[in-house]
Amino acid sequence: MAKVRGTGFAAVNYPTGMHLGGDPTQSLIHMTPAGDFVVTMASVDLGQGLRTVLAQIAAETLGVPYESIVVETADTDTGPHCTGTFASRTTHRAGNAVVMAAQEARKAMLEVAGELLEASPEDLETDGDGNIHIKGVAEKSVSVGEVAGAAHFGYGKTIAGRGAYLKPPSPMDPETGECDPDSTQAHACTVVEVEVDTETGMVEVIDMKSVYEVGQQVNPDLVKGQIVGGSWMGIGHALYETTAPGYPAIDPAPVDFQNYLQPGAAEMPDVTCEVLEYPAESGPYGGKGVGEMVTNGPIPAIVNAINNALDVRITQIPVTPEVVLRALDEKKAQAGA
Amino acid sequence: MSMKELGVVGRNVGQRDLESHARGQTTYYEDVHYPRMLHLKMHRSAEPHARIVSVDTSAAEASPGVVCVLTHEDLPGKKVWNGLAAVGVGPEDEPILAFDKVRWRGEPIVAVLGESAEAARAGAAKVEVDYDPLPGVFDVEEAISGSLPALTAHWPNNHYIYPDDHGAAQIRFGDVEQGFAEADHIVEDSYQTSPIEQAPMETNGCIAKPGGDGRITVHTNTQAVHFARDNTAAILGIAPGKLRFLGGTVGGGFGGKVDVAVEPISVLAAMRTGRPVKFKYTREEEMQVSSTRSAWRLNIKDGVMDDGRIVARKITSYQDSGAYLRFSSYGSMKHAGHMPGPYTIPNVWVDARVVFTNRPPSSAMRGFGVMAASFAIELQMDKVAKTIGMDPWQLRLLNAYRNGDMRAHRKVNEDAAMVETIQAAAQLAGHELPAEYQAMTSWDRKAS
Repeated sequence: MAKVRGTGFAAVNYPTGMHLGGDPTQSLIHMTPAGDFVVTMASVDLGQGLRTVLAQIAAETLGVPYESIVVETADTDTGPHCTGTFASRTTHRAGNAVVMAAQEARKAMLEVAGELLEASPEDLETDGDGNIHIKGVAEKSVSVGEVAGAAHFGYGKTIAGRGAYLKPPSPMDPETGECDPDSTQAHACTVVEVEVDTETGMVEVIDMKSVYEVGQQVNPDLVKGQIVGGSWMGIGHALYETTAPGYPAIDPAPVDFQNYLQPGAAEMPDVTCEVLEYPAESGPYGGKGVGEMVTNGPIPAIVNAINNALDVRITQIPVTPEVVLRALDEKKAQAGA
Repeated sequence: MSMKELGVVGRNVGQRDLESHARGQTTYYEDVHYPRMLHLKMHRSAEPHARIVSVDTSAAEASPGVVCVLTHEDLPGKKVWNGLAAVGVGPEDEPILAFDKVRWRGEPIVAVLGESAEAARAGAAKVEVDYDPLPGVFDVEEAISGSLPALTAHWPNNHYIYPDDHGAAQIRFGDVEQGFAEADHIVEDSYQTSPIEQAPMETNGCIAKPGGDGRITVHTNTQAVHFARDNTAAILGIAPGKLRFLGGTVGGGFGGKVDVAVEPISVLAAMRTGRPVKFKYTREEEMQVSSTRSAWRLNIKDGVMDDGRIVARKITSYQDSGAYLRFSSYGSMKHAGHMPGPYTIPNVWVDARVVFTNRPPSSAMRGFGVMAASFAIELQMDKVAKTIGMDPWQLRLLNAYRNGDMRAHRKVNEDAAMVETIQAAAQLAGHELPAEYQAMTSWDRKAS
């Protein structure tokens, strides 16, 4: 009886957006009289930071300060249609819609600025700090706030924009499966070291290292948040979690976290991640979706590491102590046969 | 989109609502309070498969604090539905409130409205249902074997039927049988994943509030407000404009809040009583009633050459949908479309079946259809490597798809850097690769 270690890894790809497309998201942007911008969406923030990411994208395209962007979400009376927050689609679909809306609003803003500066809008640029000036002539400048005031009270103009992003639906051929299912694919490779107690069957994940390829990151900390959270969820899926421990039987049926086990802080290994940025043609500033793929590498990597540690062949999850001990018994029986 | 010098995109500006979440200042749907709010609790099936002989709600209605009860007879619009009916998925197979039969333990039968959550719970417990139990169907392969009864008339063989009468979401690319005949090795195995709970901190719930102007505002934690609104209106047969769905921040979704599970019955109750109605899943309901991740079984057969090239991959998958369809046909199409993983294999055959059982209906969870695919494929890759005595890193790099390759669903691969990702991970893990494997690139199949 001993504690034995093993390593395993897995390489995975993951599609961005709903399978087969047809999942629109729209965006409306308008400028307030004070020169702030309100981005109105029906998308729903699940805690992953959707409002932050969309504010960054809007600020980038408008060429105005990030702090001047408000993102309103999740109201069917005011928000234009969003299919929903799932399918690793928000950064890509909503992000593209925000880019389009922001381009239209920026055009309207530069037209008013052109009137004030007596210049053609094409000759203007934004400095990202709240000013608009003639290209190459920094002193011929007007603030975004001044443009807002002039638009509202001087010219009676709206500074606003509409965006709608849709990947057209691509039905799957029922015979061959031919289709154009996704906008792009993100990638990951996760390497895991485990330690298995051959007496108790308990598995401990010692170390987890991952490389992700998710296009241009909009916010690297939020990408890392997804990766670390997904590592935790992957450990849960690989080792503990099931609503039907006797599957396919419906009993026993855990109804609380006393009986439905998830990893705690003590079960969390060091998680190292590296992110490669290969921009996606279709993405907003080259972004791909990272939301869902983050459990998919850790789960098979952990099971491969357990099989490597014990020289057994486990092919199911969760790999509970019972599964480990049965695999060891089977191995012993085969060796003795 | 061409890359340019970026300003705030790519910067760690900090999650703008992080501090509010951490300090408990974020508003969730439950932070809305209305006077005279009623609470809804559901009486659910105690049997996984049974004929309903009778339902007696008299004791529930007489229970202290109970305001009214709702059965399928009170539904003004649809009796059965599917969330994707508006985009042509069907037939609609799931009762909003069970009638005639129950097909899973936990199926909703009677909604009970009480002055307090406790009154509603006590009332719901007093509903009496007389069942005539039927044999249960639990294992996916047994379910479609022909030896067990069909759960509904919609699915005579207990599996979903795709267009043109196909029993599975299919991929047919090349000729797998010829690939197997030419292969030096055949590697086969079976894989099984489990039903898994999304386990959000905040369980499914909503508050439906009549506005006095004929409209109802629904504070909800759905992941999709328009989808939930339009489905609720369709189920109840009312104009969508009568409904305003209002979210905020959701306390975790992971696919567990797309089923429109709580809103329709809450809106109906608000219409009936003229009072605000709250319906919040208990943790028990979240775990055993709310859709879990589907369990999947996969059988994979690979044909492999001595040099490591995989020349054929045949996959049969069974997605355990539970008693009703929900979004499972979508899940199996996504699953099939994902095959054979991030590898270029000239001959691929996939049958991905949606199977109906007397288990709680399953649905989406983070990586719908793909998580099980990645799990099985990556375990299979290790088995292939071991069988032919090849370094598993080299096996994956050799077979990894390159840009310009034709995928099994006949789309040309682009924007993909799988090779570079594996190379970087090998380096991060200290696994040394031979020079020709280090020289591989996603942009040139011949580079090595």
